[in-house]
Amino acid sequence: MPAYYLEALTVTLGLALLMLEAFGPSNSKKLVGFSAAAGLTFILILSFYAIGPDAKPDAAWAKWPLWNFYAFDNLARFYKGFALVCTILVVLMSLDFRSVLSRFTDHPGSEAGTGEYYALPVFACAGMMWMASAKDLAGAFVALELVTITFYILVSFLRRNVGSLEAGVKYLILGALSTGFLVYGIAWIYGATGTMSLVEIGAKVGTITQTAPLLFGIALVLIALGFKIGAVPMQVWIPDVYQGAPTPTTAFLSVGSKAAGFILLIRFLDPLLQPGSPVASHVTLMLAIMAGATLLFGNLAAIAQTNFKRLLAYSSISHAGFLVLALASWKGDSANQLGSIGTVSFYLATYLLMTLASFFVLAQVRIQDGSEQIDAFNGLGKRNPTLALGLTVIMAAMAGVPLTAGFLGKLFVFQLAASAGLWWCIALAVVGAAAGFYYYFKLIRAMWWEVPADGSKPLVLPQITRYCLIGLTLAVIVIGVYPAPIQALLN
Amino acid sequence: MLSLLVLIPLVAFIAMLAGAPARQTAIAAGAANLVLGLWAAFTWKASMWAMSLPVLQKPALHLSFALDGMSAIMVLLSVIVTMAALLSGKAPEGREKLYYGSSLLISAGAIGAFAATDLFFFYAFHELALIPTFLMIGILGRGDRKDAAWKITIYLGFGSIILLAGLVWLANVAGTFDIPTMVKAAKEGSLVIDSATQKGIAGLLVLGFGVLVSLFPFHSWAAPAYASAPAPTSMLHAGVLKKFGLYGLLRLAIPLVPEGLNAWLVPLLVLLLGNILWVGLVTINQKRLDLLLGNSSVMHMGYIFLAIAALAAATANGQMNSIAQPAAILLMFGHGISIAMLFGLADKIERSTGTLELTDLGGLAKSAPSLAFLFGMVGMASIGLPGLANFAGEVMVFLSAFQNYSPAAGLGPVQIACILAIWGVVISAVYMLRAYRRIFQGESVKATDGAADLTLADRIPAVLLAVALLAVGLYPNLLLNLLK
Repeated sequence: MPAYYLEALTVTLGLALLMLEAFGPSNSKKLVGFSAAAGLTFILILSFYAIGPDAKPDAAWAKWPLWNFYAFDNLARFYKGFALVCTILVVLMSLDFRSVLSRFTDHPGSEAGTGEYYALPVFACAGMMWMASAKDLAGAFVALELVTITFYILVSFLRRNVGSLEAGVKYLILGALSTGFLVYGIAWIYGATGTMSLVEIGAKVGTITQTAPLLFGIALVLIALGFKIGAVPMQVWIPDVYQGAPTPTTAFLSVGSKAAGFILLIRFLDPLLQPGSPVASHVTLMLAIMAGATLLFGNLAAIAQTNFKRLLAYSSISHAGFLVLALASWKGDSANQLGSIGTVSFYLATYLLMTLASFFVLAQVRIQDGSEQIDAFNGLGKRNPTLALGLTVIMAAMAGVPLTAGFLGKLFVFQLAASAGLWWCIALAVVGAAAGFYYYFKLIRAMWWEVPADGSKPLVLPQITRYCLIGLTLAVIVIGVYPAPIQALLN
Repeated sequence: MLSLLVLIPLVAFIAMLAGAPARQTAIAAGAANLVLGLWAAFTWKASMWAMSLPVLQKPALHLSFALDGMSAIMVLLSVIVTMAALLSGKAPEGREKLYYGSSLLISAGAIGAFAATDLFFFYAFHELALIPTFLMIGILGRGDRKDAAWKITIYLGFGSIILLAGLVWLANVAGTFDIPTMVKAAKEGSLVIDSATQKGIAGLLVLGFGVLVSLFPFHSWAAPAYASAPAPTSMLHAGVLKKFGLYGLLRLAIPLVPEGLNAWLVPLLVLLLGNILWVGLVTINQKRLDLLLGNSSVMHMGYIFLAIAALAAATANGQMNSIAQPAAILLMFGHGISIAMLFGLADKIERSTGTLELTDLGGLAKSAPSLAFLFGMVGMASIGLPGLANFAGEVMVFLSAFQNYSPAAGLGPVQIACILAIWGVVISAVYMLRAYRRIFQGESVKATDGAADLTLADRIPAVLLAVALLAVGLYPNLLLNLLK
């Protein structure tokens, strides 16, 4: 099956869901959500059977000009799968979140206004999947905008909640600004190289003598993509938007949107950082500065947080710092070491497991206790020991405790940075990781060492959340001990 | 087969979560491990113990276990202390799962760390043991448990990260995560690390491992943490897990970056004297038995560091120092057993008298003679009375410092440090004898009047540890032969 069917099917699924939303039963929108999850799961299975033109060069479709701006390789397959898994989990999370959704859209008890909430992520997913295959800056830009515009709606979906609206406006304004940077940067790159195809840029970059215009363009694009991935200096929107947006949207932003930003960044940097490129050292320096600043800002600002959702926002900034550090120490795969691309992809895969699991817990605490403060987790070990045990594993993984998935990602990044000799970045990363111990363990401390607030009831997990959470937690441990499956997916 | 030693506690832990009776399961697992561990320690040369399982291709990681004399002794220490820790102490009502489960996890982590030959798992298993330590102190601890647990979390977390940076650097330079391969390459000369890199790596390792071993001035987490930890946790952490840092220096820093370690010799000596003299004086000043024991444990780490420093100085100068390594290991073993026993008995004292304040105690020997006898014996052991394990270790430490002494060259920094360190013996005699007198001798007071003596169940773990102390003390070759 040609790979582009995947995006086509995803968009078709989204349209079908909108039809179902409009013409299906109006009292319960659960059906839309379940259909979305089922449809995406089906596409996820199909993605293992997708092939690119190389696999079947004599087929009619393999000669289409489409392949000039659409690539399909293992990396693309990996990130398409990533987008699909992330979207499925987000949709499932939204299903358990619908009591809050309905309260702030229509009146409580009516789910009339919530149907689109399950269809929109599907469109965003199609955009992310396309980004994974982008090999032309114009195509990448269009895919990115599909994702971003969908997010404008998702962030401000709770239309009767001031926080959500405020977050939406912030995201819209800053998002538009970053779009401006991106387009302007692409224009400069086009001016410097005469092409928007990343393959041709890679071929031409070695021959460029006047590097200033190209570097200017690259800097602009880095700033724009820095917005998507939440790297300093474009991280200012993250805490407020994360806090205001509905929790499943925040999870989606934190995982899906960030991963999409990184795959685009990888696709964009790969041709520019090839051996012999005159701009490579400048670009890695820019990335290293970005990484150092992001690590420092994300981790230090996270220490003071008392709201779990904001804490996760800053933690997502700090993870972005680690990921950019892996890019800054750009290396290809070698015999005994994972290269930058592999490291980033691996890190993101583990990040998906940990972050989505934490948002599942956060969503439930928000629904049942109406609070996102860390205080709300006090005594969770007594109120629901299984949940607390799971969250303990996940927080330990986030902090980078070994034998959990989170440690391996950090280990690989340290290893890459050490072989690139980025010592000052490593020092900042060490400080950051140590700070991480402090603020992630705040949750563990609250859950186990504090007593529950008076009159708090046991927390009962709904079925979907329970199974997702158990699955994700087990995955965090299994991948932490036996990470080979993820590497197999990458190769 | 070694994987069994790690697997048995983990399986018992999972069985416990699934509803198996906590205490019985834990003790069964501990006993199985004790038998297996004894067998492994004295037949470590047999090839059946080693195993290696590839986990990842890039970078090549293997879940691999193997023993040599040094790790065999550490595994032996772990299984003995584990068994004693599981038998001592009393789980609070309704918290048995947490209590015994955490102890098993700490034990599995410690054994895994000592037996692993892959850098990745070497580090990982140690961290696995830390999390339950934090939880146990935070949930079941006494006194200001929250502050103590928080402090130990932050200190050890920070230490671990620094250590990780050092280990990653080392792995990058060596091009492998496999420790025997690295050591072999360094011995054969195919792995040459330049001195600047050595200095960097050794600095990170000393700092990282040093925090984990409570090297002065990073020691302030230790005493309050042990004082507020439940008995099995302080027994396992002070007795076994804390040795990981020293073991790591012997395992990695000495063979791979001796020059680098030697470059830090003087600062290291100053710090370890801080452990012995400064913390020793602090210990004298303690008013509570648990804080006294916690501080004394910090103090004794200084001696083991001294042996390591002597070994580093000798190795870097191309000299032989045949007794430094056995000295360090013997003292690690002796200290591990004795501090575990002391914490175990302190817990008994608290349970039968309700207090650990030295001023509230007195005359306990009358009502609890066997407790007094065992405490006296292990107290003597910890201050280095001949015939008990620690003595052999301490003497060898002092001898090792002078092994390469030549009168012509005069006293080197190691010898000067050693001469100062010997005063530590006096210091520890002062605090331990004073504590013994305060607790057990004199008139009975309200708290100790009619206090219960050790029951049979209490005696088993104490006697187990005492036998180990005596056996090694009377015949140190029992362990030293393993190192040959």
